[in-house]
Amino acid sequence: MPETRPGQERFVAPIDETPLRAIDAVDVDAVPESQWKEAWKRLRVSPLFWLSVVIIGFIAIMIAFPTLFTSADPTQGSLDNSFEPAREGHPFGFTQQGYDVWARTVYGARASVAVGLLSAILTAVLGMITGAIAGFYGGIVDTLISRISDIFFSIPLLLACIVVISVINNTWPNRGFWGSVLVVVVALALFAWPQITRQMRGAVLEIKNLEFVDAATAIGVTKMKNLWRHIVPNALAPVIVASTISLGVFIVAETSLSFLGLGLPPNVASWGNDLSAAQNQVRSGQHLQLMYVPAAALALTVLGFILLGEAVREALDPKARKK
Amino acid sequence: MNETPLLQVDQLTVGFRAGQEFLTAVDGASLTIYPGQTIAIVGESGSGKSTLAHAVIDLLPGNGRVLGGHILFEGTDIASAGRDKIIALRGSSIGLVPQDPMSNLNPLWKVGAQIKEALTANDVAHGAAADRRVIELLEEAGLPDAERRARQFPHEFSGGMRQRALIAMGLAARPKLLIADEPTSALDVTVQKQILDHLDQLTDNLGVAVMLITHDLGLAAERADHLVVMYRGRVVESGPALEILQNPQHPYTQRLVSKAPSIASQRLSSVRAREEIREQAVEQAAEIAAEVAQSSEEFGQGGSDVLVVENLTKVFQLRGAKPWEKIDFTAVDEVSFRLKRGTTTAIVGESGSGKSTVARMVLDLLPATSGQVLFDGVDIRTLNSKAQQLKFRRQMQPVFQNPYASLDPLYSIYQSIEEPLRTHEVGTKKQREAKVRDLLDKVSLPTTVMSRYPGELSGGQRQRVAIARALALDPEVVICDEAVSALDVLVQAQILELLNDLQAELGLSYLFITHDLAVVRQIADNVVVMQDGKVVEQASVAEVFDNPREAYTRKLLDAIPGGSIPLANA
Repeated sequence: MPETRPGQERFVAPIDETPLRAIDAVDVDAVPESQWKEAWKRLRVSPLFWLSVVIIGFIAIMIAFPTLFTSADPTQGSLDNSFEPAREGHPFGFTQQGYDVWARTVYGARASVAVGLLSAILTAVLGMITGAIAGFYGGIVDTLISRISDIFFSIPLLLACIVVISVINNTWPNRGFWGSVLVVVVALALFAWPQITRQMRGAVLEIKNLEFVDAATAIGVTKMKNLWRHIVPNALAPVIVASTISLGVFIVAETSLSFLGLGLPPNVASWGNDLSAAQNQVRSGQHLQLMYVPAAALALTVLGFILLGEAVREALDPKARKK
Repeated sequence: MNETPLLQVDQLTVGFRAGQEFLTAVDGASLTIYPGQTIAIVGESGSGKSTLAHAVIDLLPGNGRVLGGHILFEGTDIASAGRDKIIALRGSSIGLVPQDPMSNLNPLWKVGAQIKEALTANDVAHGAAADRRVIELLEEAGLPDAERRARQFPHEFSGGMRQRALIAMGLAARPKLLIADEPTSALDVTVQKQILDHLDQLTDNLGVAVMLITHDLGLAAERADHLVVMYRGRVVESGPALEILQNPQHPYTQRLVSKAPSIASQRLSSVRAREEIREQAVEQAAEIAAEVAQSSEEFGQGGSDVLVVENLTKVFQLRGAKPWEKIDFTAVDEVSFRLKRGTTTAIVGESGSGKSTVARMVLDLLPATSGQVLFDGVDIRTLNSKAQQLKFRRQMQPVFQNPYASLDPLYSIYQSIEEPLRTHEVGTKKQREAKVRDLLDKVSLPTTVMSRYPGELSGGQRQRVAIARALALDPEVVICDEAVSALDVLVQAQILELLNDLQAELGLSYLFITHDLAVVRQIADNVVVMQDGKVVEQASVAEVFDNPREAYTRKLLDAIPGGSIPLANA
């Protein structure tokens, strides 16, 4: 045995200073926390989240109680008021047709948000189902769904919607507010689902190989139950994030379609229609508030939802969840 | 004898910033290394052993900081030295062999180029001279055909070869000190032994001092002459390796010496304890089997063998070089063995030996290409009706390796353990809750964990939950697929004890899949040794350990670290 050198003598730490703990003791006082609760805890302290809540809350109140913001009727225009400047009760003046600009903007929120929300939900449902089936069953089913989604993915969203809505316009011209919203929502969802499908498929592929799925199979849980009870819930987080962010994109898409005269009918108050009507003002450079006011409302709403998406993404990020 | 220390760590304190405060990871640790000496730092995960090593080479993560103490390298304090000075020391004076060979090589660079980088960065050699040196270094690290290997990419290397390349890199600039941070914990035991032997020899020849960081006391004692035992950031005991092993003073070290599988498996006491457990379990299992046989006719035909595996074969079809080509890969080749009621059969083998594939086929998670699995005398592939299949599922349950992946993170502990009961519609809601409480009690977890989620528990605790879930349906056979491999040694010992106790109490039969022969002696009665999909040896534990017939088995046994160390009270 080599002799002991200075600095390497036998050393034993004082036992009272280094007390022994039970092996792998359970912290009995800890408060239970599910993944969602934990995410909420992180959301709660995120300034981004609260900013988005304030913006979305404001828009929501505007939709629910438009009379709190304006006493004017957005559907009553009088040519006497054409291009009248701002006056008491009409803070931003009137359009060429004599509509109140502010009232049009306030009432227009309903259409934009309705289209955005419904499209995001429909897209998420379509994408989740197709993605989950493709990822879980694999093989020929996966190939089929993936290739179809690739085809849809390669078609530009707006272009495809323009074609589809033009065709529907010929067969179903006067369809009222909800009919128009429905057509726009279906057209958007029809071409936007592949993105969610890809996300969901990737997540399912990863999760279906984890051991808790095998453990459930060994218990006797059927394939279908395994998919819906274990795999899909665990694959949800990235889909929720993608959907929240896509909400803003859909609102912009609706506005673009309406601007082109293909989204909602012109008699419906919507930001796209207002912007479309304000085109002449852009050219002449006069009465620019006709464009600024709805454009600002649109930008604010989209910002609200994109901030929300970003905050949710941060809260659900698995890297941040590591303890 | 050279009496100037190479490295002196004096009262080193390292903290990590967490919000406003610092969490202390290393608390007043001191150690000394002399030139050419090998010392080992031993501790469980979270003990601060890696943090200490990283502080020496200034590789602490961004939120870590040295809060106090000194690190003297050849007499100069490097804890307070400037950044340039430490960069100059790295590689040329202090080398590092990192832990995970899979992620520590850049996959986009040829291996040779990565070693060359170590040479040029330290101004050892440049250009063609460096290329020649790279080949010499790789040869020195024990890679045959080094010239060709240097031109290959990391993905063309096996884990052991990558670790050799990393050793070549760590020694490229001929440092005076080599820090080896768990250099072999990701490798198979036989590869581990090869690599450590080679590292020993190399550092001896070159006169390089080694700071070996490991969680395995047996391995540490075998490789180093001086040991430093760390526990929760403190050095609790240090001194000559043999002295510590034979006469541990601190309670933590005593615990390690008595419990760590690599050392504990040598003790006759643990072998005797195992025998007692088997006797009890076999008796218990026979009683249970007798009861079952009376109540149902179709099961219980297997006699004393609860599980019989006959000529089990699995062939996977791999993609060939051309898109239309398919290559047959036989992962499991004509494997046969029997599992006696109330006993444990261990399947031992290195990664790629097909042992886990056997487990998956026995569990009916993977269809076999040919051969039979007979459970209680009935071929599991002939169970066609749903009721029969569910019944089979009830009687055989798995516990998997990865405690972080084997529980659904969205299910509370209660939901996870209740799921098998709910799936099989056992009892009322109230009865199920009582059963869950009872199961948690069996695996020694407080009932307060019921409402918590897997993310809030440690690996060992999750593994207990997984065991509770497996026991929920009162199975006869539990298949443990590397069930303790991912755990710290003491937790590992604790789970093994739990499995032993449960076996005696409930008459369970275990099929225990493991790569670690050290564990086998503490839990198993019979051993099946697998290599490349085939069974090479099968016998009782005593026979395999005392009188191994096959060369491969002997090689595996030799690779158990710390096997040759004389213990004081063995």
